[in-house]
Amino acid sequence: MAVLTRPKTRRTREPVTSARTHRGRGRYLIGAMCLAICTVMLLPLVMSTLASVKPTAEAAASPPTYFPHSISLDSYHRLWSYQQGLPTYLANSLGAALLTIAFTLLLTVPAAYSLARFPLPGKELIFIILLLALIVPYQALLTPMFLMFAKVKLTNSLVGLAILHTAIQLPFSLYILRNSFSAVPRELEEAATVDGASHWQALIRIFLPATVPAIVTVALFAFIMSWNEFLGALVMMSRGNKFTLPLVLATARTETSLGGTDWGMLQAGITISVIPCVLVYLLLQRYYVSGLMSGAVK
Amino acid sequence: MAYVAPALIFVLVFTVYPLGQMAWMSLHDWSLLTPPKYIGLDNYKRAFTDSQFWVSFLFTLKYTLLITPILIIGGYLLALLTSPNTFLRKFTRTTVFIPVVIGLGISSLLWYWLFSTDFGLINKFLMDIGMIDKPVLWLGVDADTSNYAIIASVVWKVMGFGMILFVGAIQAVPSDITEASEVDGATYWQRVGRVILPLTLRTILLVTLVSVIGSLLAFDQFYIMTAGQPRNETATSVFYVYLNSFPYLRLGYGAALSLVLAVTILAFTIVQMILTRRSNA
Repeated sequence: MAVLTRPKTRRTREPVTSARTHRGRGRYLIGAMCLAICTVMLLPLVMSTLASVKPTAEAAASPPTYFPHSISLDSYHRLWSYQQGLPTYLANSLGAALLTIAFTLLLTVPAAYSLARFPLPGKELIFIILLLALIVPYQALLTPMFLMFAKVKLTNSLVGLAILHTAIQLPFSLYILRNSFSAVPRELEEAATVDGASHWQALIRIFLPATVPAIVTVALFAFIMSWNEFLGALVMMSRGNKFTLPLVLATARTETSLGGTDWGMLQAGITISVIPCVLVYLLLQRYYVSGLMSGAVK
Repeated sequence: MAYVAPALIFVLVFTVYPLGQMAWMSLHDWSLLTPPKYIGLDNYKRAFTDSQFWVSFLFTLKYTLLITPILIIGGYLLALLTSPNTFLRKFTRTTVFIPVVIGLGISSLLWYWLFSTDFGLINKFLMDIGMIDKPVLWLGVDADTSNYAIIASVVWKVMGFGMILFVGAIQAVPSDITEASEVDGATYWQRVGRVILPLTLRTILLVTLVSVIGSLLAFDQFYIMTAGQPRNETATSVFYVYLNSFPYLRLGYGAALSLVLAVTILAFTIVQMILTRRSNA
């Protein structure tokens, strides 16, 4: 962990400019670089949030101002009542995300349990089929899925969108959960089965409590993916009252009541879309990073 | 078996079946207006002679080739800077990662505003510091300028992804190895080149593959920031599939293009999975 930072006695041969130097110029240079990088990364978000609280006239000014001369929630008011109204779009985005979490967990928790614990007939074949979902990019499957959903009236439906998002998220979730279930000590499970618990009871009483971190990770990724996903929603949702937040904002970039782009309202929408993701990430950072490491690399 | 069945059925219905149907559609002249007509491989032949298919494909390739080195080298340098667990470096790591959790669509809208000719802060800033005399038309007028602007926005958005994975790999380098090279009097950059880089090579390869696959499938940023303009020169491969399938309703042709795209991606995914397998052994 602390490979490069461990404070230890300096050897005279240690070059002073070394990046691990904790004293002298090097240290200030590192500090300055870190601060500069943080500024560059945060600036777009900060400027967008500041632009969202400019009064209507200032938000539409050209050339733009850097900082709002006065604070106003006008842009949020306009967003609140834009077309179907912000509550509708928030409810759609949130609904799709929560359904995606539910579908993903309901499908992958039992499957991961079974793949990790039981000898299955045709396990190889099952794996290959599940892997297929990982190999085929969902972007390529949207046309046939749209036709299928159109037939069964799942277009313009949150359930339909959540099914699509679940299909996207399923392989990753299954992978994370299977690894986590495999890591549960056999003794725990055996103790439960000796007591006469069924597989189902063992799953509920032993495995679920033991794999909470993995379940949180899976739910977290499902939420962020569904909340942010754009192309699938664009294809599946054609009715304005079913738009998710990214969709309605993408529409609002060109057509608004002001004639041109309502930049203030757009920034208000961006701010509202960004907040849940950043909040969830900062609160559950540990799960997010561990999920990323095991899902993408290992 | 009962436990795995729901997931299995789900994948069969919502991934395997659509895949089969896509292959089937690709052999047909299929629009929603007239009944499908079997035309063999005509859709694929048509793609070869379709200049827009090639424009999209080459543009996507160019985008991928330009952005991947920036993401990998930039992400790696950031990881070297932020891998020690001191407060400021950890804080920087967390900050650089924030845009990764924001939607690509949303970040594209944000940068659509920043790059806006008359209302964007980038032109305003560049004029204020005297780098440009009049506002630059960043998006949708010149294909290359648009590409660079979009690359800048996506680098901001996804650089943290590679960084966080590189940090994991760098921190996993055994400390006795780095210390040994330290005793030998190696400078910091010698240590990076001779010890850290070789020991994190597999992660670098994996992140490169993930980045390449993601870039080849780019859509949101171009749809939102240029809408394919000028003259569909910035319409990526996925964008062109989307245009054919939905606004143009050439579903058979769209399916054929999808399949070509999926096969291209498959090559990279297989390499990725081989590399991944090895790490589990």
